[in-house]
Amino acid sequence: MMLQEYAREHVLTCLIPAFFIAGAIAVFVSQASVLKYFGARAKKFFSYSVASVSGTVLAVCSCTVLPLFAGIYTRGAGIGPATAFLYSGPAINVLAIVLTARILGWQMGLARAIGAVLFAILTGLLMAFFFRKDDAARTAGQIYLPKEEDKGRTLNQEAFFMLTLVLILIFAAFAKPAEGSTGLWPIIFAAKWYITGGLLVVLGFMLKGWFVKDERITWVQSTLGFMKQIFPLLGAGVLVAGFMLGRPGHSALIPEHYIQYLVGGNSLWANLFASVSGALMYFATLTEVPILQGLLGAGMGKGPALSLLLAGPALSLPNMLVIGGVMGVKKTAAFCVIIVVMSTIAGMTYGAIAG
Amino acid sequence: MEIKILGSGCSKCQSTEKNVKDALAESGLDVQVDKVTDVMEIAKYGVFITPAVIIDGKVKSVGKIPDTEEIKKWIEQRN
Repeated sequence: MMLQEYAREHVLTCLIPAFFIAGAIAVFVSQASVLKYFGARAKKFFSYSVASVSGTVLAVCSCTVLPLFAGIYTRGAGIGPATAFLYSGPAINVLAIVLTARILGWQMGLARAIGAVLFAILTGLLMAFFFRKDDAARTAGQIYLPKEEDKGRTLNQEAFFMLTLVLILIFAAFAKPAEGSTGLWPIIFAAKWYITGGLLVVLGFMLKGWFVKDERITWVQSTLGFMKQIFPLLGAGVLVAGFMLGRPGHSALIPEHYIQYLVGGNSLWANLFASVSGALMYFATLTEVPILQGLLGAGMGKGPALSLLLAGPALSLPNMLVIGGVMGVKKTAAFCVIIVVMSTIAGMTYGAIAG
Repeated sequence: MEIKILGSGCSKCQSTEKNVKDALAESGLDVQVDKVTDVMEIAKYGVFITPAVIIDGKVKSVGKIPDTEEIKKWIEQRN
């Protein structure tokens, strides 16, 4: 029953456009244009800023994150940008932010997006500072990047294309305004399907005019690929969260007072507990969202929820082991501690603001 | 000839391996194909984004699935 509700409320209007955006990013955005900022001779300023947002472009699948991280660390721009990327990669992908905003509220989505970018830069800078001596001894060598292909489109055209996709997502998922509210929102809500329809027509023209047939096919293929990869996991996450945690008004296997005791309110302890457990647990892509929805319904505070969102997807026991193999136990421990501490602080701040 | 496929085991890497094996079969060659999955090994080749195909120590493709025809060309150049 909960699955059906999920399907009706979120999938059609919100997730499907988001999947098409993720597909478009994977196919149309040139990876080479991003990767060149991770080379050993790239300017540090660009390395950090690109690392902190490139999760949206490069890291839709966790299997691409680790080789890239190892490459940047050993051969490229060094430990700072490498750890910035390692954090931002899984934390900032489009699907995760969109789903968070849709289900847990736009405030939480925004806090997650801003937190992820800021954390990535701070983590990278701190790591580079702590281990500045090791970094100087590193040897930078030849790196191989995918060839940049001439696609016959200008950057503006690509930007307009992405913008149209994002606008479709925003209007299709436009939430019903509160009863009795006046002004712009009810008007937009009433017209949302006309606006969405208009945008779809525009999108159709762009696709016909600017893209060749092969590109359109690979776009649809990669979108379907993401859906096949992620929907089963998300469905399982929704079911498990429903059984274990229940939802507002329905109690479930785990009694609510345990959750309220551990992560209720906005104490230091609750935030720390949420970020440490988030760091250790493995969340399959996007499943953190329904799980948090369950936890929030059962009495988790908003601050601890953000702590868990910021520490959760980037860290897990299995990936700590791999990271440890690349940069050693000491650096991995520093990386995890930095993230847990910052997540706790961010959670407490958010909890104090959002209540 | 020595062929290596670098990749952490995602579906793209498996498609790449299949294409390489098809190309070898069509060229009638029997060459061992090694898979490199360790991220540190992969980084040693200077490859940032997988899958990558390495023939005799030379990086032939990075971050994409090369098609069978392309791989056959690399093999023929070599012989």
